[in-house]
Amino acid sequence: MSTPALTRPAPLRLYPLRDSMTMLRRNLKRMLRYPSMTVMLVAMPVVFLLLFVYVLGGTLGAGLGGPVSGGAAGGRAAYANYVAPAIILMTVTATVQGTAISIAMDLTEGIIARFRTMHIARVSVLTGHVLGSLIQAIISLTLVIGVALLVGFRPTAGPLGWLATAGFLMAVTFALVWLSVALGQVSKSVETASNLPMPLVLLPFLGSGFVPTDSMPAGLRWFAEYQPFTPIIETLRGLLMDKPVGADAGIALAWCAVIALGGYLWSRRLFNRES
Amino acid sequence: MTIQHSRPAIAVTGLRKSFGDQVVLDGLDLRVPRGTVFSLLGANGAGKTTTVKILSTLLSADAGDVRVAGHDLAREPDAVRAAIGVTGQFSAVDNLLTGEENLLLMADLHHLGRGEGRRRAARLLGQFDLKAGRKPVSTYSGGMRRRLDLAMTLVGSPQVIFLDEPTTGLDPRSRRDMWQIVRELVADGVTIFLTTQYLEEADELADRIAVLDRGRVVAEGTAQELKRRIPGGHVRLRFVDPRNLDAALGVLGQTSRDSDALALRVPSDGSLRSLKDLIGRLDDRAIEVDELSVHTPDLDDVFLALTGNPTPEKVAPR
Repeated sequence: MSTPALTRPAPLRLYPLRDSMTMLRRNLKRMLRYPSMTVMLVAMPVVFLLLFVYVLGGTLGAGLGGPVSGGAAGGRAAYANYVAPAIILMTVTATVQGTAISIAMDLTEGIIARFRTMHIARVSVLTGHVLGSLIQAIISLTLVIGVALLVGFRPTAGPLGWLATAGFLMAVTFALVWLSVALGQVSKSVETASNLPMPLVLLPFLGSGFVPTDSMPAGLRWFAEYQPFTPIIETLRGLLMDKPVGADAGIALAWCAVIALGGYLWSRRLFNRES
Repeated sequence: MTIQHSRPAIAVTGLRKSFGDQVVLDGLDLRVPRGTVFSLLGANGAGKTTTVKILSTLLSADAGDVRVAGHDLAREPDAVRAAIGVTGQFSAVDNLLTGEENLLLMADLHHLGRGEGRRRAARLLGQFDLKAGRKPVSTYSGGMRRRLDLAMTLVGSPQVIFLDEPTTGLDPRSRRDMWQIVRELVADGVTIFLTTQYLEEADELADRIAVLDRGRVVAEGTAQELKRRIPGGHVRLRFVDPRNLDAALGVLGQTSRDSDALALRVPSDGSLRSLKDLIGRLDDRAIEVDELSVHTPDLDDVFLALTGNPTPEKVAPR
């Protein structure tokens, strides 16, 4: 045995940042070793994008209203611009679905019990996942936005608009990831963990993501207008198409703050409960 | 009075834990001196794993006073965590990482620094015979996985190590490897708290053994002390004809009847001389004995005697 007294730091100091980076490295390695999930999570929004633009886009675009020139092709181009923000948001929800799954997978392994018996910053187990998911979201979002541009998405945002978009997307991802960390912990199995965040994937449909809310029946329209994803999508649309975002941005960021704080507190409580 | 220089590594008084109305630990008292191996011996459900979970800060106790490595468990859990290492019965390794990466992960979490972490990982890979260190753990055998698990526990140089059933499910060869590793650890001055349901394991490794039954310590001592607590060796004679049994009773004097069968227990040290003498006396009276078997006590007898079921009188001949 070497001399622990010399190599060990003062026994009672915690290093949350250092431990979080260690856990992040662990999660990135795990993602690389188990890439099928990562690939599936990027593929899903891409498939939806292609489906909506090429299969449904011509007709849906014509229904958007406003002057549409060039028949179905013109409608498709208009719809690509309309649906892209929803698909971008779907990329985020798919990523956080992955977060819930990998948290639940992690909790079934004994190594989490080992972490709990170690003198480390406990929250780093969770922050490692959060940081990993943020990195994954950046990669996925870049890919999905790239595909969207290829199939006819024509955003008019300038550099500042793109910067604002990037910051806004990170805020949304951060909030939803913390919620997902809680959902992953509350799940008794990996299957449950992949199902629990499903509402997050569906909510853009029940909002202004795919069609304007005024085409919906009254009750649904009321829900669509007040659920958090509608202001988030509207903000995204405004930023990307260089239109004023107005009150939507404030409402969206408030939702993000509430979801992030709630998700964080819930996650922390779940992680500190006794198994 | 002599001054006690070292405080015990683990001191437990009146530990209680219930899950709902099921009492798991019912007033446990333990004291483990530093640098020794202490074994908690018990059947499944006796409360062994619950004890380890509480002592390693995974579970909180309902009542009782616990000090581990000199720190109060309830007030300074972080100081306890800094001093202990735990290897449970379910492997606590990351299956998607390699063995080496698992060890480096531990080194990072102990803030060892890159060079020191690598040196320690390399040394442990060699010491624990984990030559496949660069392969993912998912390809490891059960024995390798358990060795890696223990190696990960050792990265932080803990003072007190909890081994919760470290050889359950291992083949005999891997079990002996694990025993050898534990012996080497103790030689380095580490305190080991070992739970096991194998009497042989406790006998092989432990300086002191506590027998746990239904959340209580029913006996504690060295293996030798525990063996002394039950009746010594004996010869068991079985008869077909009750008249032979009665005749033997008359001849042999200091014997006891076995409860169920037509059998007698004759105290004996099991030596050839005493057996010859016994057989001679039976032969002189032409008493027919159907079966003779010699019994020496082992920890199984102790365990069964102390936990009450089945009684030692019913222990089958080995």
